[in-house]
Amino acid sequence: MKWKTDDGGWSPYLAGALLGVLAIGSAFATTKILKKTSFLGASTTFVRAAGLIEQTVAAEHVAANEYFTKEKVRVDWQFMLVLGIFIGALVASVPDGSFRIEGVPPTWEKRFGPSIVKRAIGAILGGIIAMIGARMADGCPSGHGLSGMMQLSVSSFVALGMFFGCGVLVAHLVYGRRSA
Amino acid sequence: MTTEQGLGLITGILFGFLLQKGRVLRFDKQVGAMLLKDMTILKFMLSAILVGMVGILILSNAQIITLGHKPMNLGAVIVGGGLFGIGWAVMGFCPGTSIGALGEGRWHAIFAILGMLAGAAIYAEIYPICKTSVLAWKDFGKIGLPETLGVSPWIIVAVFWAIILCLFAWFEKKRL
Repeated sequence: MKWKTDDGGWSPYLAGALLGVLAIGSAFATTKILKKTSFLGASTTFVRAAGLIEQTVAAEHVAANEYFTKEKVRVDWQFMLVLGIFIGALVASVPDGSFRIEGVPPTWEKRFGPSIVKRAIGAILGGIIAMIGARMADGCPSGHGLSGMMQLSVSSFVALGMFFGCGVLVAHLVYGRRSA
Repeated sequence: MTTEQGLGLITGILFGFLLQKGRVLRFDKQVGAMLLKDMTILKFMLSAILVGMVGILILSNAQIITLGHKPMNLGAVIVGGGLFGIGWAVMGFCPGTSIGALGEGRWHAIFAILGMLAGAAIYAEIYPICKTSVLAWKDFGKIGLPETLGVSPWIIVAVFWAIILCLFAWFEKKRL
């Protein structure tokens, strides 16, 4: 087994194992420093960010909304964590040359051509459906997939099965056919 | 910046760094896994889970940390999980990786992010309806696998390790 991939990345086993260490360290650090155990996650931040954006045009509406009130619209630990992912990816990709300005991903282009508009429509529609699903299920591949599985949560085993099962099915329907 | 925000930022930077080095941020890796052609993201996720579950179990047994199970609400997890899978395949990113993909220059991830922000706003509006329908079917509460099956968590961890290591061996044999 190689520790480096052909394009200068790390073995996914190594990078993944280190993420496991980070998850343990993070659970410990949040408990000790913030007095409340927090686990890695990402999708609740999209609710808070949507609330912050909506607040600028309809503050009263956001304040009266049950779901925004439940999830608390504020810049919290997870919100900064999600912003940190952007910085971390930037810092990792620039020195090793894997940073690349890309408008349409290769797999998409093979099936749907180089149109950015088509890619945008697909990503926006997919994003809407996925986020409604993630909020309904109360987690995404970070919150359920990583954190929930590590804690042996029953809901996370079922959620990850549904994520991947439906993902495999729809991916074959969408990208499976030969390109035109 | 508060301590809470600072801690989140540092953790996030490390998280993003590892996601990028593991090469799991790309659209093609995510869709590649769903097409069962490239198992990079599964190798990455499952390795993180294997290591993480041992440490999390030790810390929670020692009562240093408290577990936070997400509720096993049948409709929520089945319908929500299914919707997520459908959207994930078309979008090619999950919430965390979309932000990371933007960081490594894949600027089209901005469309996925905009879509997800819209999805979150829509869910906030339809939440009252979901609460009386999908979310009201059957809620088993915040349960863990060990107490549900009535076995020691260490047995589950050992079985999980054995299954996943076999899966990894198969991935390598098939060059996935």
